[in-house]
Amino acid sequence: MNGRKIGEVVLDLKNISLSFGGVKALQDISFNVLEHEVRAIIGPNGAGKSSMLNVINGVYRPQQGDIILRGEHHTNMDSYGAAKAGLARTFQNIALFKGMSVLDNIMTGRNLKMKANMLQQAFWFGPAQREELEHRAKVEEIIDFLEIQHIRKTPVGRLPYGLQKRVDLARALAMEPQILLLDEPMAGMNVEEKQDMCRFILDVNDQFGTTVVLIEHDMGVVMDISDRVVVLDYGKKIGDGTPDEVRANPDVISAYLGASH
Amino acid sequence: MTASESGRASSPLDTFPRLLLNHAATRGDRPATREKFLGIWQTWTWSQVEQEVRAMACGLAQLGFKRGDNLAIVGDNRPRLYWAMCAAQMLGGVPVPMYQDAVSAEMVFVLTDGEIRFAIVEDQEQVDKLLEIKAQCPSLQHILYDDPRGMRHYTQSGLQSLDEVIAMGRIHDKNQPDFIPSEIAKGRTEDVAVMLYTSGTTGKPKGVCQTHETFIAAAQSGVGFDSLTDQEDILSYLPMAWVGDHLFSYAQAMVAGFTINCPESGDTVMNDLREIGPTYYFAPPRVFENLLTTVMIRMEDASAMKRSMFHYFMTVAKRCGSDILDQKPNVAASDRLLYALGNLLIYGPLRNVLGMSRVRVAYTAGAAIGPDLFRFYRSIGVNLKQLYGATETCAAVCLQPDREIKFDSVGKPAPGVEVKISDNGEVLVRGKLLLKEYYKRPDATAEVIDADGWFHTGDAGFFDEDGHLKIIDRAKDVGKLSNAAIFAPNYIENKLKFFPHIKEAVCFGHDRDMVCAFINIDMGAVGNWAERRGLPYSGYTDLAAKPEVLELIRECVEQVNADLSHDAMVAETQIHRFLVLHKELDPDDDELTRTRKVRRGFVAEKYCVLIDALYSGKTSQFIETQVKFEDGRTGKVAADLPICEAKTFPALKKAA
Repeated sequence: MNGRKIGEVVLDLKNISLSFGGVKALQDISFNVLEHEVRAIIGPNGAGKSSMLNVINGVYRPQQGDIILRGEHHTNMDSYGAAKAGLARTFQNIALFKGMSVLDNIMTGRNLKMKANMLQQAFWFGPAQREELEHRAKVEEIIDFLEIQHIRKTPVGRLPYGLQKRVDLARALAMEPQILLLDEPMAGMNVEEKQDMCRFILDVNDQFGTTVVLIEHDMGVVMDISDRVVVLDYGKKIGDGTPDEVRANPDVISAYLGASH
Repeated sequence: MTASESGRASSPLDTFPRLLLNHAATRGDRPATREKFLGIWQTWTWSQVEQEVRAMACGLAQLGFKRGDNLAIVGDNRPRLYWAMCAAQMLGGVPVPMYQDAVSAEMVFVLTDGEIRFAIVEDQEQVDKLLEIKAQCPSLQHILYDDPRGMRHYTQSGLQSLDEVIAMGRIHDKNQPDFIPSEIAKGRTEDVAVMLYTSGTTGKPKGVCQTHETFIAAAQSGVGFDSLTDQEDILSYLPMAWVGDHLFSYAQAMVAGFTINCPESGDTVMNDLREIGPTYYFAPPRVFENLLTTVMIRMEDASAMKRSMFHYFMTVAKRCGSDILDQKPNVAASDRLLYALGNLLIYGPLRNVLGMSRVRVAYTAGAAIGPDLFRFYRSIGVNLKQLYGATETCAAVCLQPDREIKFDSVGKPAPGVEVKISDNGEVLVRGKLLLKEYYKRPDATAEVIDADGWFHTGDAGFFDEDGHLKIIDRAKDVGKLSNAAIFAPNYIENKLKFFPHIKEAVCFGHDRDMVCAFINIDMGAVGNWAERRGLPYSGYTDLAAKPEVLELIRECVEQVNADLSHDAMVAETQIHRFLVLHKELDPDDDELTRTRKVRRGFVAEKYCVLIDALYSGKTSQFIETQVKFEDGRTGKVAADLPICEAKTFPALKKAA
C-alpha cells in the first residue's frame, strides 16, 4: 500500500560519546537514518534519548564521534547550522510563544526563509510585504494539513495540551525540513489525540517524503508507525532493527522489564 | 454563451439546470458560490459555476451516468458537492444527498434502496466508509472524491478523483458543445429533481422524490414572500441531506440567484458566520440554542459592570424589543429611547458577535422552538421567524409574515398552499409542493396522500382566530394522562430545554398518573458552572451525578412547573419526578435522529428500567448502557442514578 521509497543513508552517526563531567550520557553509539523512513529512538527514562536528539540538531557537541549528514561531516554543527541543513524539531515540553496566536507561532517557523531586512519588515513595504504574503500562503497550507483552522487566531496559551503539540509540529513543518526530529510527540496525550498525531506523522512522511526521527515512550505507537527502531539504555545502544526484531531482542526485553543489569 | 441562450430560448425556466444557464447569462459576474480555502474566501461567479457544472456533467456522462440514474452525494457543504447536484440534474439523473456523519452501516440501506451506481464524496473519510460497505452494495460502481488528500495509495477500481473527471469532461464539453444543451432540453419539469431520505423518527428511512416543479414552486413562494434578491448572502453549513438546506442553499439560491457561502470546516462556522455576515439565515432551533448558550456562558464570565449592563438592557429588550421590531405604535417614548441606547451598547455588539449584524430575515424550522428562545432573538433586533414544513412538502408550508409574529404559532400558509385540520386534529396540506412519491414505496405513498390529494403531516395542530397555524406536537406523541388531561411532551421539553443547563429532555406521562422526565445536562454550560464553583468532575457521567448539579436541575424543573401552572390547558402536566441521564443521547446509539430529534419510542424501550423506577417511587436505580464511539467501537457506561422529586404548584385560574 505504501508508495514512498526508502532511500540512501541521509544521516549517519558514528561512535558518538557524550558526557557531562563524570556522567556518561551516551557511550559509543552508532546508527544511521535512511531517507524517507520513520526512525524511532526508544529507551527507559534516562537512557539518553533526548541527549541523542540534541546531538543530532547541534545543541550538544559530542566529545567523540562523527555526524555525517548527506555525506558531509557536521560534527561541529550548532543549532543554526542544523536548521539551515534542513533539520527541524519539536520539543518534549512544548516551547511555543504562549501569548502569540497559532498563526504567528507557525510564521516564526518561516523565519529562516525570510530575506527582507529589519527595516523593510518594520515598515512592511516592498519585498517584506510580498514575502510575508508568500509565507502566509505556505503557512495556511500547513494549517489546512493539520486541521487547525478553527484555532488560527487563538493565543497558544489558551489551547489544550494536545492542540499545542499539534501547533508545535506545525511550526517545525513550516521550515519545510528534510529531517524532522520529534521529541516525545505523544507524551501526555489521550488515546484519540495519540491516534490523530500518529496519522499526521505518517501523512507528513508520506505526502512530503520527510524523514522522521522520533523519541517515544509509548511502545505501541512506536511499533505501529516506525520502520526501524534503535533502543538505548544507560547511554548504550542495546538494540537496532525493525520493530519485530527489536521486540524479540532479549536485551531489550530485560531493559524494559527491569531485570538486573 | 450561445448554448445558454439556446437553452433559454427553447424552454421556460422550469428546471434547475435551465435556471443555472439563465443566471450565467443574466448575472454571469455576480458571485454564486464562495468557500473559505487556505484562510481566504474564494469566489466563483455564476458563469464560472456554469462551466464547472457542465464539465462535471460531461465527465459523469463519460463514466456512463445515464438519465434516471441516482447519484449519492456525501460530505460537508462543499461547492463542488452542490454543483454535483446540478450536474446530475443536467443529465436527467437524481442527486441523493446523504448525511455525512452517518456510520457506514446506515449508508448501506440508502445505497441499496436507491440502487446507487455513482457516489461523489468529500474526502478520504467518506471513501473509507463506502469502501467498507461496497461488498454489501453490489450496484455501487464509481466513487469520486473531491479532496485528494491521503488518497494517493488507494488503488481500488472505480475510485477516481473528481478533478480527473472534471478535466475529462471539460475536453468533452469543448469537443461536443451541443451535448449538454441537448441533455438539458430533454429535461422536463415533472422529472424528479432530488431524492431526500427522511430521517425517520420511526422505522426505516424512505426516499422522498421531489420534482423540479415542486421544489421550484416552493422556492419561489419563499423568495416572493420575503422579497429575496440576488444580493442575499447565506452561509450553507447545515447537512446537505436535510430538506431545509436543500431549499435554502440550493433551490432558493437557484431561483433568486443569490450567493451561498461554504464554511472552512465544521469547527469554524461561528467565525465564518461573522466574516460573511449573511443577510438571510436559516437554522434549526438547536443552533440558535447553542449560540445563546455560548453567549450566556461568556456573559457569566464577564466583569460585574458588563454583566449588570447586559441584564438591565435585556430586561428593556424583553419589554419592548419585539414590539419595536414589529413597528407597533404603542411603545412608550422612554422605552424607545432606552432601546436605542441598548442597541448602541448591547444589542448591536451582541448581534455582531452572533454574526447577525446584516441579517434581514432569519428562519428557524425542523422542530418547535421555545418561546423564550424565540423572544430573545427578536428582542435584540434579529428578524427571526418560524416556518413549518416537512421533507414531503419541500419544507415550506407555513411562514410567519413580517409584523405578524406570534411566539407560539408557525404563521400562515405560504402562497399557493392549502392547509386544513382533519377531524382528529391532524394537519393536512395540499398544493404544488407535495412529494411525487416515496421511492419504490407506493404503499407508503398511499398512506400519507389521500384520495383528494391531501398530505397527512402527522402533526397535531389548530388554527387560531387570526388564521395562524399552531403546532402542538407530533400527533402520535400527544397523549393523555390517566385523569384525561392532554399531555404534549414536546411542549414541556421545549420549556426545559430553554435553560442553558439542559440540553435534552424526554417526558413521559401517557396513560400515567403523573409526568416524569429524563434530563441531559449541557456539558459546556454545566461544566463551566461547576468550574466556577470549584466543583471537580471527571466527565459527563460524573458531573451528571453530582448532588449540586441535581439541585441546579431541580430548580429549572420547578421553574417550568411554576410556568405550567399558569396555563389551565397544561397545568396538570407538571413534572413530579425526574432523573439526569448518565450519558448524552446520541444519534450513533439510535436515540436521536440525524437531525437530532428524540426517538421517543426507542428511548422509552431502551431505558424502561429507569421509567419503572420513576413511577415506582424508588430513590435510585442502577443502569448499564452500551455506547458506540465515533470509530465504531463500543463500550459500556454504568451508573447508579438518583431520582429526584420536584415541587409542583396548584393550577392558577386565569382571570376571565
